[in-house]
Amino acid sequence: MKHTISVLVENEFGVLSRVSGLFSGRGFNIESLSVAPTLDPDTSRMTIVTRGDDRILEQINKQLNKLISTIKVVDFTGEDFVSRELALIKVSTEAETRAEVLRVVDIFRAKVVDVTARSYTVEITGAPAKVDALLELLRPMGIKEIVRSGPVVIGRGSKGVAG
Amino acid sequence: MKKTGSQILLECLKLEGVEKVFGYPGGAVINIYDDLFDSEIQHILNRHEQAAVHAADGYARATGKVGVVIATSGPGATNTVTGIATAYMDSIPMVIISGQVPTPLIGNDAFQEADMVGITRPCTKHNYLVQDIKDLPRMMKEAFYIARTGRPGPVLIDFPKDIQVASMKFSYPDSVNLRGYKPTVAGNIRQIEKAVKMILGTKKPVLYVGGGIALSNASEELLKLAEMAKIPVTTTLMAMSAFPQGHPLALGMLGMHGTYYANMAVTDCDLLIAVGARFDDRVTGRIDAFAKKAKVIHIDIDPTSIKKNVPVDLPIVGDIKNVLNTLIAKMHERDNEVTELKAATADWLAGVEDWKKTHPMTYRQSKTVIKPQYVIEKIRELTDDDAIIATEVGQHQMWTAQFFRFSQPRTFLTSGGLGTMGFGLPAALGAQVAFPDRQVVDISGDGSFQMNSQELATLVQYRLPVKIAILNNNFLGMVRQWQQLFFDKRYSQTCMELPIDFVKLAEAYGATGLSTDKPEEVESVIRKALDTPGPVIMEFRVDREENVMPMVPSGKGIHEMVLAS
Repeated sequence: MKHTISVLVENEFGVLSRVSGLFSGRGFNIESLSVAPTLDPDTSRMTIVTRGDDRILEQINKQLNKLISTIKVVDFTGEDFVSRELALIKVSTEAETRAEVLRVVDIFRAKVVDVTARSYTVEITGAPAKVDALLELLRPMGIKEIVRSGPVVIGRGSKGVAG
Repeated sequence: MKKTGSQILLECLKLEGVEKVFGYPGGAVINIYDDLFDSEIQHILNRHEQAAVHAADGYARATGKVGVVIATSGPGATNTVTGIATAYMDSIPMVIISGQVPTPLIGNDAFQEADMVGITRPCTKHNYLVQDIKDLPRMMKEAFYIARTGRPGPVLIDFPKDIQVASMKFSYPDSVNLRGYKPTVAGNIRQIEKAVKMILGTKKPVLYVGGGIALSNASEELLKLAEMAKIPVTTTLMAMSAFPQGHPLALGMLGMHGTYYANMAVTDCDLLIAVGARFDDRVTGRIDAFAKKAKVIHIDIDPTSIKKNVPVDLPIVGDIKNVLNTLIAKMHERDNEVTELKAATADWLAGVEDWKKTHPMTYRQSKTVIKPQYVIEKIRELTDDDAIIATEVGQHQMWTAQFFRFSQPRTFLTSGGLGTMGFGLPAALGAQVAFPDRQVVDISGDGSFQMNSQELATLVQYRLPVKIAILNNNFLGMVRQWQQLFFDKRYSQTCMELPIDFVKLAEAYGATGLSTDKPEEVESVIRKALDTPGPVIMEFRVDREENVMPMVPSGKGIHEMVLAS
């Protein structure tokens, strides 16, 4: 089962490799990982999407907590949370598809952020499923390049991770 | 007054109470060694950085203090890795200082540069790269705190050369403030009360105890609990000296080479109380057959150990000494029920006693060839109760665990988790540094001994009277045993064909060498070695194809052990 975990860590030398090394060393899977400092410049927040059964997730949670650099771990699975991902998609454009690309972009409330004679670069923000859906529709027109940020999540209302 | 980085390092060591360090100099730590020249800290010059780490490890296991190692950058530092991994697997408190190239050169593939923070990340509890001299006192304080608290472990500080010569005004922090590190020491009282209830309701309890008992100095509490409720105790390799093996409640070791009665008791029990043990695969055998009739209580300071390998009915996270003390106090509040418990478990104990009688730990004695188990029994008989015994890894290690009958805590030093050949000699050396007046014996095999035999030089130089018993079968015996049993006696690369003259080897280093292949001379050789000042090698040319029995073949449950024929 897919789990989305927020990890607050000390923003210090080598902390990313401690977390990613823990996952690779123990055979845990990382589907995506994003990291950036929080309001407190000494603290970074990671969002990790992983898969595993209950036993594996319990170990992931405990092993992350065991790292000296880890301040807090929250598994959002089963909680009410907002998940957003950013993607930049470079789509080839022929004369006959330009209008169609723009229509699709419009429907998804995405934006064209760069235009050349042969391509549009589309920016979309949304739940990962929305990004997937846009990609599906753009694929037949010829996607030249794509970059996704991986989701970042935040709890709804009072649910969350202080720091 | 300003101090340099290397002076501050030594100042921090002194403030942490460090009296002895083990190490090996080199270009990237030459400033530290220059300051050591005038320091009251004693430095032991090992002959290999791996051995320096094992020596610090042996020192830590024997004393409970933090072992300290200094090694230079690059190859010096990478040589420490096996030692660090050994300490990490067995949760031994240690601080390793590795030299590093100057900070402007880091990442440039400079001479003798290695990314030690990267290399040791998975085998240290934590590690640091000192990038600014201002951070050094805090990092030192944290390193010692992290190494010795919670589940102990090694911490590495990678110390670039330019920071060693930089200077600043020194002050040592009074306390550490680590947001992400707050080990749970006291067990949850409601969980402990539940444990009392489970124990009082059992008919067939077993205590399964591991290295955590030794690390937490909880041997006394364990004995108290076992005796008050009459619960038999089986010990893992890491805990053999944490419970007196001559005690009527002692079941000896369990697992792959465990006793018949320990393995049967665990298989048949209705309550398994795991204390400071981690359900290692060498202990459990086939996991779904392990203690399957039992409810499981698991007491451990490390939450990751709980439910990692087996389901647990009642977890208690906390320091073992602390939890056991509370548990014992709570049991005392219900003394009447404890008396009833003893009546309820009488049949169980009688049954366990029967297993002990029908299947004792034994071997076939011989008049013509030395049996390795006999040597171990004789060493036990002729040494003091507080003698410290180190082993290497292999058959001799298992025989020592099976036959030595340890009686005092912290007297058995062995590499359990990682299984590091070459550990015993330097570990014995470290223990002898800590206790110059106690008997220290390294029980070894001919294979393992040769993995760190250069430490004979260190023993002789520092007049450390470690006695080394080499059970020489000219084989890598444990692998040979597997090849005999599971690979049709195809002894691929396990025969150590070149006979080594261990007597001459000892003499070459200025130590004493003794050798025999006669059973009737075993006792006199041991006596002579113990009476000889300085380090002594005792070579016993033993039965070459003796096997460690009982044995649980891999993939089998521990009740399916193969017994000695």
